[in-house]
Amino acid sequence: MKEQRHQSLDFSLIEPYLARKAETAKNEGGLIAILQKAQEAYGYLSTELMEYIAERTSIKPAKILGVATFYSQFKFNPVGRHLIMLCQGTACHVNGSSEIEDAVSSYLGISEGETTEDGLFTLNSVACLGCCSLSPVMMIDGDAYGNLTPRTARKILDTIRTSEGEVEE
Amino acid sequence: MRIVIGKGSCGVAAGAGKIEGIFKAEGFETGITGCIGMCYLEPIVEVYDSDVSGNEAKKTYVNVNEKAAREIINSLLGKKNQAGKYGLPEEDAAILAGQKRIALRNCGIINPEKIEEYTARGGYAGLKRSLALAPEAVIEEVKTSGLAGRGGAGFPTWFKWNAAKNSSGEEKYTICNADEGDPGAFMDRAIIEGDPHSVIEGMLIGAYAMGSSHGVVYVRAEYPLAIVRLNIALEQARDAGYLGKNIAGSGFDFDIRVKAGAGAFVCGEETALIASLEGERGMPRLKPPFPAQKGFWQKPSNINNVETYASVPWIFSHSGREFADIAKNSGITGAQATGTKVFALTGKIRKGGLVEVPIGMTVRKVIFDIGGGIKNGKAFKAVQLGGPSGGCVPAELADTVIDYQSLAKTGAIMGSGGMVVMDEDTCMVDVARFFLDFTCKESCGKCTHCRIGTKRMLEILNRIVGGYGEEEDIEILEQLANQVKEGSLCGLGQTAPNPVLTTLRYFKHEYRDHIVNRKCTAKQCKNFICYEIDAKKCKGCGLCKKDCPTAAISGEMKEPHTIKTADCIACRRCKDSCKFNAVKVGDRKWIQ
Ligand SMILES: Cc1cc2nc3c(=O)[nH]c(=O)nc-3n(C[C@H](O)[C@H](O)[C@H](O)COP(=O)(O)O)c2cc1C
Ligand code: FES
Repeated sequence: MKEQRHQSLDFSLIEPYLARKAETAKNEGGLIAILQKAQEAYGYLSTELMEYIAERTSIKPAKILGVATFYSQFKFNPVGRHLIMLCQGTACHVNGSSEIEDAVSSYLGISEGETTEDGLFTLNSVACLGCCSLSPVMMIDGDAYGNLTPRTARKILDTIRTSEGEVEE
Repeated sequence: MRIVIGKGSCGVAAGAGKIEGIFKAEGFETGITGCIGMCYLEPIVEVYDSDVSGNEAKKTYVNVNEKAAREIINSLLGKKNQAGKYGLPEEDAAILAGQKRIALRNCGIINPEKIEEYTARGGYAGLKRSLALAPEAVIEEVKTSGLAGRGGAGFPTWFKWNAAKNSSGEEKYTICNADEGDPGAFMDRAIIEGDPHSVIEGMLIGAYAMGSSHGVVYVRAEYPLAIVRLNIALEQARDAGYLGKNIAGSGFDFDIRVKAGAGAFVCGEETALIASLEGERGMPRLKPPFPAQKGFWQKPSNINNVETYASVPWIFSHSGREFADIAKNSGITGAQATGTKVFALTGKIRKGGLVEVPIGMTVRKVIFDIGGGIKNGKAFKAVQLGGPSGGCVPAELADTVIDYQSLAKTGAIMGSGGMVVMDEDTCMVDVARFFLDFTCKESCGKCTHCRIGTKRMLEILNRIVGGYGEEEDIEILEQLANQVKEGSLCGLGQTAPNPVLTTLRYFKHEYRDHIVNRKCTAKQCKNFICYEIDAKKCKGCGLCKKDCPTAAISGEMKEPHTIKTADCIACRRCKDSCKFNAVKVGDRKWIQ
């Protein structure tokens, strides 16, 4: 039954990596690297994906879930089309990041860790993006936006949302 | 002529990639370099020109936007231009002069992706010198230098190396801690991004002294660029024969692997880091046994911070004595430690960025002489050192000397190098709450004091900043803080109460203000403030009224508006939308 479920899903994206590393992962501490590769390929770790990794590495599923949930990098739900990483580091906090968070989450109607219903945005908090001199900072899809005010933050999201709308039409 | 663009993470964030593209599109070849430390001036473009006799002169352009790039290109083409406008201001050039760069010696100068630029500046000379010495002599030289760990605790490096050397076992591990968990600090990232070979060379020297042949660098997950640059450097070092078998003909074998962390602050702690390297949940364990006896895979291991390793090659290309005398030679007396320390200067500072200063300099000098003082002419209130594990040093103690002991006396720590400056508008209770919120979330949950103690402390702090604090809260908070400090298993819990304890020590009146007077003097805590409109400045444009989410603002067009305090949720939108600076922050009246 479990086998069948796996067959219906496509794990080919991590297959090349697993082929090299699955056997040694258990004894050589390779689990975290495998989970990272898997998330890189699929965007998040689904239960099926973790079960499959368990099968291939002979590491117990409970152990895999235990490790994955320990680290904040791992996601267990699909991520929106645009990933917003809002810095909550010290420099950004001192320069008013909580106001930015309020503005962004009220604009999108979601709070930290959630994805908007239209699947456009996911909001994540991070501790320091390393651009403290531009604080408060957020990063959207890898681009950093600095010296934010609630107003400019909303404007940036507005621009992205509008351009998405145009694409769809 | 060479054009070099600053492409550290800070430069990239400020748009260096786009600027690079403009130069490339115009047919210019460009090189890259890491972070020079003046992050507030990024993107930075440097033009090196040699005159007839081959002397290189350098022109530095700062805050280079598209327009500036065009002007610089015009100047390069000999056309009429205004590139001069974007030159490095003298005042900013002076910032570098006050520093002593050892760990950052190549950052912002060389191309981190080219090993030949590293060796041209004396790279790998320290390795060659140390390989000619006996391992004991290498450790002795480090002892002379007085180098202490830059990762936080400040433990003498030679001692750790010696312990690992004397530990029996064939297989030993040399580990570099690049987890850099302190939010608001980025020294280690800048070093790896800007000068990866210095870390590799430092690890090589340490490994040789300890008799270790395996190296691992544990890099924080959020540092993708550092991982890329490190891997390039490792590849080049292998090709050049600095890594692998029989290094430089000495019979010594060593190689380094990179492991990416996965986002957990506690993994900066040595034993948790090892657990994470082994693919487990990153939980710390009781010491002893220390990693030097039983570390990675139960083998003797030595863990040092990035900056510690990066300082080592300098000690061997110069001398241990010279490193120990840096403070003296910079005219500083009375320092109780040696060498230099890199700080990430951030917060309410005018010239934020990375600075490296001789240990023994005062906090005041770093903030005012190098960092240019406080933003917007505000008053300096305190500086947080050591991030969530550290404490604040108040303005009245600004003459404290930066060394491990003097800082410990104030209740703060040297830490890994985060230096967050706070001004009169920063609420210290909120700062304590902020750090505790961080450590509470990051507690791994293994020991009770840390898991539950930090949670209870956070609840009290939330109550105080929320306006529901009670008189006895201060005492309970103090008691809890001391219990968590004493009862926790690892450094995370043992240091987590520090921000609370130091703010209680120096800013108890702010706690009392919140609890007794129901007032936030810094006007930062939302439940204590409300927004008011200055009738004299208000032009009645109606923008704030339109933006207010709770319809708390009323008024006719062209007439001064007013805010109904009872409906105001202090979201600040009105203040942001006002073009006439008519919205002020006031104290919310509390009904007891
Ligand atoms: C909770 C916690 C977090 C830490 N985070 C770091 C870190 O991010 N980077 C680091 O170098 N050391 C960190 N340390 C200190 C390390 O445990 C260790 O002392 C250090 O890496 C040793 O290197 P050094 O002797 O060169 O300083 C942390 C310690 C604790 C308790
Ligand atoms: S604290 Fe936000 S970028 Fe560093």
